[in-house]
Amino acid sequence: MGKTLFDKIWEKHVVRQIDGGPAVLYIDKHFIHEVTSPQAFKGLEQRGMKVLRPQQVVATADHNVPTLQQHLPIKDELSRNQVQQLIENCKKHDIELYGLGHPFQGIVHVIGPELGITQPGMTIVCGDSHTSTHGAFGSIAFGIGTSEVEMVMATQCLMQSKPKLMRINVEGSLNKGVVSKDIILYIIAQISASGATGYFVEFAGSAIRALSMEARMTICNMSIEMGARGGMIAPDDITFDYIKGRLFAPGAAKWERKLAAWKELYSDADATFDKEINLNAADIEPMITYGTNPGMGMGVTARIPAENEVEEKEKPSFLKSLNYMGLQPGTVIKGKKVDYVFIGSCTNSRIEDLRLVASFVKGRKKADGVQVWIVPGSKQVEKQAIAEGIDKVFEEAGFQLRQPGCSACLAMNEDKIPAGKYCISTSNRNFEGRQGQNARTLLASPLTAAVAAITGEIADVRDYL
Amino acid sequence: MSKSINIINSTVVPVNIENIDTDQIIPARFLKATSRDGFGKNLFRDWRFNNDDEQQPKEDFVMNNPAYKGKIMVAARNFGCGSSREHAAWAIKDAGFDVVVSSFFADIFRNNSLNNFLLPVQVSESFLAQLFEAVARDPETAIEVNLEQQTITIVATGAQESFEINSYKKTCLLNGYDDIDYLLSMRNEIEAFETARP
Repeated sequence: MGKTLFDKIWEKHVVRQIDGGPAVLYIDKHFIHEVTSPQAFKGLEQRGMKVLRPQQVVATADHNVPTLQQHLPIKDELSRNQVQQLIENCKKHDIELYGLGHPFQGIVHVIGPELGITQPGMTIVCGDSHTSTHGAFGSIAFGIGTSEVEMVMATQCLMQSKPKLMRINVEGSLNKGVVSKDIILYIIAQISASGATGYFVEFAGSAIRALSMEARMTICNMSIEMGARGGMIAPDDITFDYIKGRLFAPGAAKWERKLAAWKELYSDADATFDKEINLNAADIEPMITYGTNPGMGMGVTARIPAENEVEEKEKPSFLKSLNYMGLQPGTVIKGKKVDYVFIGSCTNSRIEDLRLVASFVKGRKKADGVQVWIVPGSKQVEKQAIAEGIDKVFEEAGFQLRQPGCSACLAMNEDKIPAGKYCISTSNRNFEGRQGQNARTLLASPLTAAVAAITGEIADVRDYL
Repeated sequence: MSKSINIINSTVVPVNIENIDTDQIIPARFLKATSRDGFGKNLFRDWRFNNDDEQQPKEDFVMNNPAYKGKIMVAARNFGCGSSREHAAWAIKDAGFDVVVSSFFADIFRNNSLNNFLLPVQVSESFLAQLFEAVARDPETAIEVNLEQQTITIVATGAQESFEINSYKKTCLLNGYDDIDYLLSMRNEIEAFETARP
């Protein structure tokens, strides 16, 4: 029987299979950041240990950092302390840190790929659920808790039960105005926020193959929002072209050998999956969420389900959610005023996202009363945006281009959406309070967010193309 | 953190809400700490208090109802989804819980719980409904969770269901072992694995 992409990578990393238990899985790359690592370092030190393989660990400061005036000391004492601890811990354990002020600093899931650290066939972990992003390169990448961060620091291994495998095939061409964010919001709306729990998901099909690496990363990034352990896409020429020449990519001497191995990374034609889902790209519209989990999404012109269309036992959670959002069952969301537009996060803050937004807003101005925050995913993205004059386009449109970090995706720094305000956001989670206490989040693509910035309301991008 | 779990007999705190994400369990603004301690007081912070003010409890949230207390939390399906923050498991454990019962757990939360000797007990939808009904009728309803036997029982009625846990993890929890000890014992094997790789 044929092997899946997942199996091929998994098998190469199992150090030991425990009877009646998990596998001991070898980890190639470990990304760390300031929020989920301090307790792990502390645990390690209590055991009198050092990080086993510091050269396989890469650190950055992203969750907690300000996105304005990064050259100044961080104002918030707790945030400053956490970032300072990361600096000290990395120094003590000989770990490469791309901290504030470093030209490679940025959101951990943006910098790994853009520096060529993320490569096909690897096992990659990070104390962050959106580690699934790296699966876009055909790697097994997933988020872990802090105890597991400590395990990897101490032993370069993790205990993992092998997940079930699901393949989601998206076939055909995308409609005008529909981008990869819409694909993943559509998938999650179809299968729900828990539809892939217990599974590792491979995304396949002609619509996925046609996507750029940035667009593939957006899809894998949100695998966790349907409960999946991770998401992955078989590497192909688009992947190899993206990696080639990047700073930490294999050099000329190793390239051919690596490439030959990477080309073996695909699910065999006769491989079987525990579950398979087939979707048509043509059915996908520009998407928007209306509730407080990412599965509560719909086409931007659709209406929110009426109360009698929701299953009886799901009704309390559904109504609680709409009550929080200040929205009515059975109503249309198009035309709803928005107060904030946030374009950023590990989902949509790459150069391609910024280019897409800039190409739409060029020559247009933001609506009165709307605050627009553009937060690039990394210093490299910021630099590239400036080199291409994208910063000028944003400035003329009245958008604010800030400095790299996780920012208003989780509002750990001061980038918070005020209570009761509506924010159309290119991030990944619309949970209660995610962008600030009582803030109301509407998840959408960079294009749909850009239209909202210009019109001041939720609009259908197809009317403007 | 109390290490090792076997039999837990307790009243329960029922949180009958689906898809509870870890942002609700412990909001991001509390993740700036650098130790594992003290997260319990901020468990479900924004569901417990209006305006982030402990003087303004939300009357309708179960944790503000003194009738409900105990070492077992019962929650509706897809508990612990979203962020991988282990702080969620730390907060629940620190608030005095040893067990969380639900019909469905998010994967990362399940692992984080097990690594903190917080036992996730997955039951059927129908048994979960029975639990919620029994506790709504009588907040004093006692539940017994027996890890050795892998059973959960409503003591008064004897209604019982068995739950799954892999035998490795069960041994760890019963004996207070953690994964890191196991992995450290494999040091030579891990190094040999590294050497043998192409």
